[in-house]
Amino acid sequence: MKIKQLSLFVENKPGHLLAPCRLLADHHIDLRALSVADTQHFGVLRLIVAEPDQAAKLLEDKGFVVKTTEVLAVEVEDRPGGLARVLAALEGSPLNIEYMYAFPFGHDDRAVLIFRFDDPDAAIARMQAAAISVLSTTEILGG
Amino acid sequence: MTKDQPPTFHPVSAPDFLPPTQLRGLQWDRLRAIVAHTYNHVELFRQRMQERSLTPADLTTLADVARLPFTVKSDLRDTYPFGLFADPLRSIVRLHASSGTTGKPIVVAYTKQDLAVWTEVMVRSFAACGIHEGDIVQNAYGYGLFTGGLGAHYGAEGIGATVIPISGGNTDRQIMVLKDFGVTAICCTPTYFLHIVDRAAQLGVDMKALPLRIGVFGAEPWTESMRKHIQANTSIDPFDIYGLSEIIGPGVAVECPCHDGLHVFEDHFYPEIIDPQTGAVLPDGQEGELVLTTLSKWAMPMIRYRTRDISALIPEPCPCGRTLRRMRRIGRRSDDMLIIRGVNIYPSQIEAAMLEIEGTLPHYQILLTREHGLDQIEVQVEVTPQLFSDKVGAMEALATRLGDTLERVLGIRIKVTLVEPRTIARSEGKAKRVIDRR
Repeated sequence: MKIKQLSLFVENKPGHLLAPCRLLADHHIDLRALSVADTQHFGVLRLIVAEPDQAAKLLEDKGFVVKTTEVLAVEVEDRPGGLARVLAALEGSPLNIEYMYAFPFGHDDRAVLIFRFDDPDAAIARMQAAAISVLSTTEILGG
Repeated sequence: MTKDQPPTFHPVSAPDFLPPTQLRGLQWDRLRAIVAHTYNHVELFRQRMQERSLTPADLTTLADVARLPFTVKSDLRDTYPFGLFADPLRSIVRLHASSGTTGKPIVVAYTKQDLAVWTEVMVRSFAACGIHEGDIVQNAYGYGLFTGGLGAHYGAEGIGATVIPISGGNTDRQIMVLKDFGVTAICCTPTYFLHIVDRAAQLGVDMKALPLRIGVFGAEPWTESMRKHIQANTSIDPFDIYGLSEIIGPGVAVECPCHDGLHVFEDHFYPEIIDPQTGAVLPDGQEGELVLTTLSKWAMPMIRYRTRDISALIPEPCPCGRTLRRMRRIGRRSDDMLIIRGVNIYPSQIEAAMLEIEGTLPHYQILLTREHGLDQIEVQVEVTPQLFSDKVGAMEALATRLGDTLERVLGIRIKVTLVEPRTIARSEGKAKRVIDRR
């Protein structure tokens, strides 16, 4: 139920985002979702890609520092209250969201929320108890 | 090898074990001869002696070395290219030159006999490191004008090892040769070796599984932390070797298996430690600038050459039994010192602070700039897979931790910037750690 996310260190300078993106494009690796966390001097580029292991190897071979982490992809209805319902499921638990980002999913008013927890398994249990749909790798990458 | 084990003894090492009285006698004989030779043939030295109303005959004991004038690096530049040669060109069989970061290089010369001395001290160096006939030595020092390549080459051949004269660079090929040729010993600069270790890890080559057991690293100062890093990632016993072109090249001093200071080949190079400010000779044990006099180099003798390297002479006998005095490892150079906002900083302190951050030996660079008349210092650190986290907070905490560690060591706050891997130029020879844009 956990999916692989690649993170890359990039300097916060013009042109630095291009190199990894171009490399993946050249190898026809599709980016399903991404987010960039930025600070004054550097950023962390986070990617959900179709072939995470192959992509990580390609990037590492070109000298990028890549980290593969497990994140949760949670499917919600793309309407007011969709995110709030998921967050409410976590209320009262010690689970802390390290970061999250969202993207639209499919064609019928669905969205996917990507969550990074320190304890993803505990988070999955909590979500499932609240009947929230946690997507598998095939579901998200196939969708 | 630990200190309790018996010393490795090789017949070529015999002069390393001379009784002290005999060693001092040999030094005295050679000193008198070389001072007279230099006085008779080098204009600059004769002038300086005359300014002090000294002649070679005024030397009566070995301690009188302290009365002789110093030679400094700028003397070599000022007399470029051949002004300090004491022998005619027809008896000189080899020239080398320093890389010369600014302006003209410095040129050094050797007679046939000088080359024989150089080979002898390199053979003795390798013997002290435990290299012998049957070893396969990969010589990754640069061949050419730099003394490292040919110095190590003739030394390794001289001891009867099989030499691979691969020179520096082309790291993937270095690793292939290490693996395929069954290399047992490697010589190169320590920073280049770290680069080889990094690259081998990327290529999935297990350095620990190779027959490589000895590393002879020199031509730049390195630290105990680097030694530990090399030991953790390879099966190598790393030895520090010291030398400089002005004196002869590599082979001035080397570690024995006790790894507690470098034995100076005193029968050929007379060491002194001086106060770099006053020039006064300091007693054994005290830290100061290392000054060397070549006792048996005829083409271009160096009398009391100021190395700018900070060291100390260790008077206590070494458990290995060598009677040659040891010099402490060079951690810093007197001319390396950076003065930033009135604070004295040595690049080696920055390196030591960086190595405190557990499990990392990052590539880094010290950048000096001047903004509105104020000196600024910035340390750029390459992010490694071990240091990287997908959490921004963790990365910012890393930069802060590096900054705190540096502040604790240096006493001033330094800007720390995390940069992408391979942003900082890799060296295949000596690492260039400081970029001064002031």
